[in-house]
Amino acid sequence: MKFVDEFRDADKAHALAAKIAALCEPGRQYKLMEVCGGHTHTIYKHGLEDYLPESITLVHGPGCPVCVIPMGRVDDAMALAAEPGVIMTSFGDMMRVPGSKGSFFDAKAAGTDIRMVYSPLDSLKIARANPDKRVVFMAIGFETTAPSTAMTILRAAAENLPNFSVFCNHVTIIPAIKAILDSPDLRLDGFIGPGHVSTVIGCRPYEFIARDYGKPVVVAGFEPLDILQSIYMLMLQLSARRAEVENQYARVVPWAGNATALQVIGETMELRPYFEWRGLGFISHSALAVREKYARFDAELLFKVPGVRVADPKACQCGEVLKGVLKPWECKVFGTACTPETPIGTCMVSPEGACAAYYNYGRMNRHRVREAAEVGRS
Amino acid sequence: MTARQPGWIDEALREHDEHHEHAAAIPDREQQVLDRIDRARRRRPKVREERITMSHGAGGKATHTLIEAIFLDAFRNPLLEPLEDAAALAVGGARVALTTDSYVVSPLFFPGGDIGELAINGTVNDLAVSGARPLYLSAGFILEEGFPVADLTRIAASMHDAAAAAGVQVVTGDTKVVQRGKADGCYINTAGVGVLDRDTDLGVARARPGDAIIVSGPIGDHGVTIMLARGELDIEADLQSDTAPLNGLVAGLLDSVPGVRAMRDATRGGVATILNEIARSAEAGVLVSEEDIPVRPEVRGAAELLGIDPMYVACEGRLVAVVPGDQAGRALAALHTHPLGVQASVIGHVTAEPPGIVQLKTAFGGTRIVDLLVGDPLPRIC
Repeated sequence: MKFVDEFRDADKAHALAAKIAALCEPGRQYKLMEVCGGHTHTIYKHGLEDYLPESITLVHGPGCPVCVIPMGRVDDAMALAAEPGVIMTSFGDMMRVPGSKGSFFDAKAAGTDIRMVYSPLDSLKIARANPDKRVVFMAIGFETTAPSTAMTILRAAAENLPNFSVFCNHVTIIPAIKAILDSPDLRLDGFIGPGHVSTVIGCRPYEFIARDYGKPVVVAGFEPLDILQSIYMLMLQLSARRAEVENQYARVVPWAGNATALQVIGETMELRPYFEWRGLGFISHSALAVREKYARFDAELLFKVPGVRVADPKACQCGEVLKGVLKPWECKVFGTACTPETPIGTCMVSPEGACAAYYNYGRMNRHRVREAAEVGRS
Repeated sequence: MTARQPGWIDEALREHDEHHEHAAAIPDREQQVLDRIDRARRRRPKVREERITMSHGAGGKATHTLIEAIFLDAFRNPLLEPLEDAAALAVGGARVALTTDSYVVSPLFFPGGDIGELAINGTVNDLAVSGARPLYLSAGFILEEGFPVADLTRIAASMHDAAAAAGVQVVTGDTKVVQRGKADGCYINTAGVGVLDRDTDLGVARARPGDAIIVSGPIGDHGVTIMLARGELDIEADLQSDTAPLNGLVAGLLDSVPGVRAMRDATRGGVATILNEIARSAEAGVLVSEEDIPVRPEVRGAAELLGIDPMYVACEGRLVAVVPGDQAGRALAALHTHPLGVQASVIGHVTAEPPGIVQLKTAFGGTRIVDLLVGDPLPRIC
């Protein structure tokens, strides 16, 4: 496959792996966080950890849009969906996320009208086709998906569509990274920066990480070689005692971001004073709400939303996993009570969730795999 | 609403704590967790949902749980228990195979075939991969009020053609009509009888370490074709369903390699599901190599865009065969002589360790697990 296979070349990977290993200082342990769930998915799907020396640990970060949605918001969405005459529309990722009373899938099976869409614009189609219904789009995601929600609101406004609204759960990545940097639990050496988010916000917002916290950041693409190269770039910085923001994904990410995308977000949405993140708690100015100017498309104003804070199940350690404090398999219920088919926590739901990625792809003993490979070679 | 028995979570926690106490002393804590998960996976399946969800029909984990916890539990008998594609029965001295399958594909007509052709080929294939010579089929139709007679005529004609091509006859049938809105156009059920006239003993439980695993051609064509045919995605590709009768291909393979251990046709859940069935039933490992799995560029491209893995996408004219390692060459040669097997290739092997687990050597050079599918990326594919 053109433009994909080039980034999955095993020979190039071996060469990069050797260069990375050569940069490791003896006796030093490196903890690098990949912020974005898309990276976590790539790392496990392609078995990338097999290429890394044991002194480098990849810590999975909070950048999984589904994972950070707190249970209370899922319950709110379920309440919205249950209102008479409502068609709830949602990305497929969201369908299995457990609220305190089950997931969208469970509600759908019980008769609630919940439909999966690939784009928020599909929700508009559904709204046009069902003028007697009220169509709500469950908007989730970081700055990556916020522009498409914003465009949808603008389109709905242009059409004066009376039966469409957005239940806005968009979050912003920088406050979450800052919360992790300020968390005493974790000492990180550097960040593999989120590629998709950066196509919108650019690389500048990460400069404080290098400047104020002295940690290198490399914004990375999503193919396995992208990630290996980013790790190499981080290791180069670390070995030279540098801390800068670098852009490995320059083929897609402009340094200044996407002005049009930022403009439409700014036009339709504004920062909330605070928002609850699953596992991370309340973080100020970390999420977006629909602006007053577009209040007629804001499901939170149009419907009665319970807005009750619901504590995570006691057994769930998603928070620790999202902060990178725990490896997925270190969670108490990982793989036994909490599996992709019966998830307790969100990290087990999304393909970008660290637990789901590890359970689906990586659930094997790396040491054994390595030993087997060495036996095979000798 | 999901029912979560507190006891079930407590049990997991207790087990965790027991291991946790010794954790400091034992270096390989990750391995312990993996062992614990393995035990959890082997527990008796239980349907935790209160209602049927789309996942129960996806051919993945939830389907397996449903079949084992509800149907196997209710109907348990030695003929059903192997859960093969067809049951092997002795009827008055003759060995026959019996199978049934229902078809709810949407849309009814798609590039490369339609629901009628699918309904014949699917059942023929379930018999063929069980080692039977397919002979007679039944056909049951559930029609929605208002369904165009012209469409039904077209479906019946294509069933006739497919039956003729496969050398079988439709010898009995049934028709039901339900009110508008109570079904989606046309659903078909077919059952099939074949005769087991070869002296072969097939079953995925017979797979042994060292056996080769073969697929008969490129995977995922049918599923991706259906998905694109729904026109919801605005992706166009020059693709056709691979729906085809496999009895000719199977006969050629069995003629030349009587020692074939098992065959399955890779429908719902795709090749990944079959590999997991092999690993579970044979209590062996399966190691396949991504580079050796034939996938058309169009399928790979569409799957990549949609974020789905071709390994889980349905085929309707591909089989997976397990053959003793030293007979792999002969099996391939036999498959290559048939038009449906030109691109057959060995994709991997059965290994002793780790039992029950399918591993994939990625084209990138890493290793990962290929588990049973959770959820349903493509409902109503067949």
